[in-house]
Amino acid sequence: MAKQWSEFTREEKREERFKRWLSPAGVNFNSPEAGKKYRAKATRLMKAIKMEVPDRVPVTIPSGTYVAYHAGIDLKTAMYNPEELKKAWLKFLQDFDQDAADGPGMFSGMVNETLDYKVYKWPGHGLSDDRTLPQFVEEEYMKADEYDLFIKDHFDFGLRYFLPRAWGAFEPFAAAPSFTGWQGLPMRLLAMSNDPAFQKFFKTIQKAGREYAKWQQTIIECRKTAREAGFPAWSGGVALAPFDTFADMLRGTRGIAMDMFRQPEKLLEALEMITPYSIKSAVAGTDASGCPMVFIPMHKGDDSFMSLKQFEKFYWPTFRKLLLGIVDEGCVPVMVIDGCYNTRLEIIKDLPRASVVWILEQTDMFKAKKILGDSACIGGNITAAQLLTQTPQAIKERCRKLIEVCGENGGYILSLGSSIDRCNPANLQAIIEAAKEYGVY
Amino acid sequence: MSGDLVNLLADLKEEEVLALLKKKLAAGEDPYKILDETSAGMAIVGKRFAAGEYFLPELVYSGEVLKQVNAILKPKLSQGNKETKKIGKVVIGTVAGDIHDIGLNIVEFMLDVNGFEVTNLGVDVPIEKFVEAVRKTKTPVLGLSGFLTPAFDAMKETVEALEKAGLRKNLKIMIGGGQMDDEVRKYAKADAYGKDAMAAVSLSKQWYGVK
Repeated sequence: MAKQWSEFTREEKREERFKRWLSPAGVNFNSPEAGKKYRAKATRLMKAIKMEVPDRVPVTIPSGTYVAYHAGIDLKTAMYNPEELKKAWLKFLQDFDQDAADGPGMFSGMVNETLDYKVYKWPGHGLSDDRTLPQFVEEEYMKADEYDLFIKDHFDFGLRYFLPRAWGAFEPFAAAPSFTGWQGLPMRLLAMSNDPAFQKFFKTIQKAGREYAKWQQTIIECRKTAREAGFPAWSGGVALAPFDTFADMLRGTRGIAMDMFRQPEKLLEALEMITPYSIKSAVAGTDASGCPMVFIPMHKGDDSFMSLKQFEKFYWPTFRKLLLGIVDEGCVPVMVIDGCYNTRLEIIKDLPRASVVWILEQTDMFKAKKILGDSACIGGNITAAQLLTQTPQAIKERCRKLIEVCGENGGYILSLGSSIDRCNPANLQAIIEAAKEYGVY
Repeated sequence: MSGDLVNLLADLKEEEVLALLKKKLAAGEDPYKILDETSAGMAIVGKRFAAGEYFLPELVYSGEVLKQVNAILKPKLSQGNKETKKIGKVVIGTVAGDIHDIGLNIVEFMLDVNGFEVTNLGVDVPIEKFVEAVRKTKTPVLGLSGFLTPAFDAMKETVEALEKAGLRKNLKIMIGGGQMDDEVRKYAKADAYGKDAMAAVSLSKQWYGVK
């Protein structure tokens, strides 16, 4: 009898996942060359992740909202008009020969407007039409005294507390009794269907659902085009550090700071509690997409946000658990660390060798190579400010230096430190050229 | 009860601070003396932040404790007299199109505990509002904050508008925030880039000619 998945070691699981990623099912490449290109790119990235020496340094450029800028349309148009977004995506794909391309990373303005989404402002909805990035609205979407509720029943919290605060359309749930528990559930649902507030909700969500289907169709087509043209996917699943889940999304900066002093035990308990759920949802994403990488944007553990002691107490333990859980399933966490992690490098080293990728925004890359060089693949460090203000020559020179130092012995991906909204396209070409010119092993 | 108000506040002992405060007031202590003690306590918080001993969570928490102290203390203070002497004015704000306020509030806090009279215009501040504020306050120092890349141009446009309004000559402009650096400073034609809130303080002091 064949070996069961649960009997596989994490290395075996990862090999299986890489195999699936290297030969993606159901992709009809545009040409034999496109297929060859796909395998070469995926192999290059895979080797970098494994800290082996690939044929050359891989290079990735996150599409961000730059996709719209590059095509000469504004972000509002891209977020409200799927056809225009698709055209813009195709142009981006064609113009930049990088080693991976997922698909557009924007959300639908129409869907979120219909649902009265409050967590973001975007051009056409809270921001003026000419703005180039959506912006996060930090609020206490979870109140200080709701930790017990969250820990005990996070489904109930999600449905009746978080959703109504984050999305206006879900407001009727705030006044509804709990749906947890099976007894009497049919009657409660029947009562709900007769409630005018919920009838309005059903109408709204149906309307948003129709828009969502259109939007998703476009996103799927964009991804498919990327695969068929020979670009592997780079983020199969998504996760957040448990601390960031609370600090970013639920409690906000002020709230989390207060919790660290007033109710540290409750906070730690909640971080522990959500970790397995975060692992599960990250792995489910990779299962569905066939790409083993899990994208993890990191925010509030940075050098300037908290002390090293606070990092070791609040951020790292459950984050490490999350990473190990993802790695144990054969997936590869790819962290993008906003800000600076100069003082954390020794701590984050403590993971199985060649199991994760660290994309660093402002961290000292040479120091990172020294400290993490034997344990994990690193990348990043070309910043949005450099891309906006510097010349292609300067960018290329910066990349050469990065490749020389960080690329030594593999385990390195040339990459931006964050996604960008706009810059001279020649600067992005300079990055790709640098990888091809200086990055050959 | 151990410790005095200054140190209890500096050490962020919330409950003890409030208990001692109430005790002092009940004992008829001069509320202005208590006010001075809280300022001294917050100055220590600022120093510890500058020294890398305290971080954002401590600043937020100390601000929260101070808010409670002020709520108790304020009704006891008669209006009008006892103005503490300030070094001078500084106007700050997050530029148009950007709604980030964490860094901005830290800068306000640090400037305030270091003796400046701060006007915080808040986030997503339209260019005209900056121009208006500089005109009205006659501030010699302006701080522009921004976190995201669109702030690059908003800063540039704000500086240009100040030039056009004839207000640039006697004005020093510093920029700071997430994605900013010295290249952006040049791009925006500001006078200085500050990498953190301490830099905002030292730049302001430098421009005011105080140590």
